[in-house]
Amino acid sequence: MSLLSISGLDVHYGGIQALRGVSLRVEEGEIVALLGGNGAGKTTTLRAISGLVRASRGEIALDGASLRKRSPDAIVRLGIGHAPEGRRVFGGMTVRENLDLGAYAVRSRAAFAQRLEYVLATFPRLHERLEQTAGTLSGGEQQMLAIGRALMSGPRLLMLDEPSLGLAPVLVQTIFRVIAEINARGTTVLLVEQNARQALRIAARGYVLETGRVAFEGTGANLLADPAVADAYLGSA
Amino acid sequence: MHEFLAQLINGISLGSIYALIALGYTMVYGIIGLINFAHGDVYTLGSFFSLAILALLGATGELHGPALLIDAGLALFGAALLCGIVGVLIERLAYRRLRNAPRLAPLITAIGVSFILENAMQVWKGPSPVPFPAILPNPAVTVAGVAISLQQFVVVGLAIATMLALQLFVHGTRMGRAMRATAQDRDAARLMGIDINKTIALTFLIGSALAGVAGFVSGVYYQSTWFFNGFGAGLKAFTAAVLGGIGNLAGAMLGGFLIGIVESFATWLLGGQWSNVAVFAILILALVFRPSGLLGETLPEKV
Repeated sequence: MSLLSISGLDVHYGGIQALRGVSLRVEEGEIVALLGGNGAGKTTTLRAISGLVRASRGEIALDGASLRKRSPDAIVRLGIGHAPEGRRVFGGMTVRENLDLGAYAVRSRAAFAQRLEYVLATFPRLHERLEQTAGTLSGGEQQMLAIGRALMSGPRLLMLDEPSLGLAPVLVQTIFRVIAEINARGTTVLLVEQNARQALRIAARGYVLETGRVAFEGTGANLLADPAVADAYLGSA
Repeated sequence: MHEFLAQLINGISLGSIYALIALGYTMVYGIIGLINFAHGDVYTLGSFFSLAILALLGATGELHGPALLIDAGLALFGAALLCGIVGVLIERLAYRRLRNAPRLAPLITAIGVSFILENAMQVWKGPSPVPFPAILPNPAVTVAGVAISLQQFVVVGLAIATMLALQLFVHGTRMGRAMRATAQDRDAARLMGIDINKTIALTFLIGSALAGVAGFVSGVYYQSTWFFNGFGAGLKAFTAAVLGGIGNLAGAMLGGFLIGIVESFATWLLGGQWSNVAVFAILILALVFRPSGLLGETLPEKV
């Protein structure tokens, strides 16, 4: 059974249909890339999985159990971590408070201490800035905090929405390396990216969305090699 | 000079009541962006509940020793608890379904809830002012030639203790952190696993309980209450919240004390008929020159 499976998902915003019958699956241990242009429905897909928007049709299941009627907080407790588009760190709070909030659903002190240690080892920069207000961090540091915060709940599936957006090239490399590391340590990743080439290099498989539909799907290598995908999303190299 | 100090102490006592009410306005605004116009009436309800509890306990006059602590304590906590429950019910029944509606809808609903509470209280205790038993003994302490009554000590002491407890809760507990997170970014808070419905209900519970404390305190202080009290006091407390920077807890407290002091001095220097003019002139000046308030960062959207 797939860790996450989505079938025939429709999402409407008012009168506008953002997703049209999207089906995809994420197997335990994979990195799956979700690609596509602006407005293709990538962020909406993640928001529907997290319960922030309601699907009008279709099914979303984690380990076979439906998420469609679940509230966002219940979905976090079931094991989905989501670092949203635009980072959305709590700017008025310290890095430590942000990480504490990430573990809001974690009641065990031992588990909390272990996660904090793991996150700070993954992002040593956050360790140096624990008592700093999150709003004063650089963009790259805020992205690390957003990912770290999502990891604090100990998710089985980590969803990242454009983690490389707006970062300097050297930081982009770091972020992709860290995502691969997090995955190597056992966390399944669903990665939304504009940076398609980089994403497909670390992803086992990928899906390309176009105006709310899945237009292409395949292994990372196949999508990288597909001329139609290359034309539209990889830039003609 | 003596008169100056006496008026200052008056103003601080009055201000502590405004500050307690202002906290509820600012907390609710901070978390759901709503000016809860029914909040002033929850404050009046607090003095009505205190009155009913004291009547139930048979406390009709001055209390002493353990009876004072027990009866006053029961009236205080009872009023706070009942007001808290009323606040939660108001949110659940009137505001929750409108959370994503255009802002005017919940605002008008709030005005409607205010009318309902006022009319219910009018039915309950009648249209005239109701006497509140003078439960506190009245030995005044004279400090630097100024007489300070026990009422004033109790009013200010209770208000400050309550505000300190609120600060500790909001900054030192897991639920307090969830409240701040929800106020800053509701969707991000949900992604942390925070149940925002519970968090918003908790905000109404605490804000309304503070209004209940204010209602008890004002009954003890003025020895009178009236179904329509909350209209004026609520508007002034709302002014205090805007003056301090709406959404900001410390700002609401500061604004409350400032408004109380302004009202007290205006009454002394210009006459009672000018006190409301002075208070609302300050609201206008604040909105013109410092729309974000003394300690606030964000501009409240127009209501």
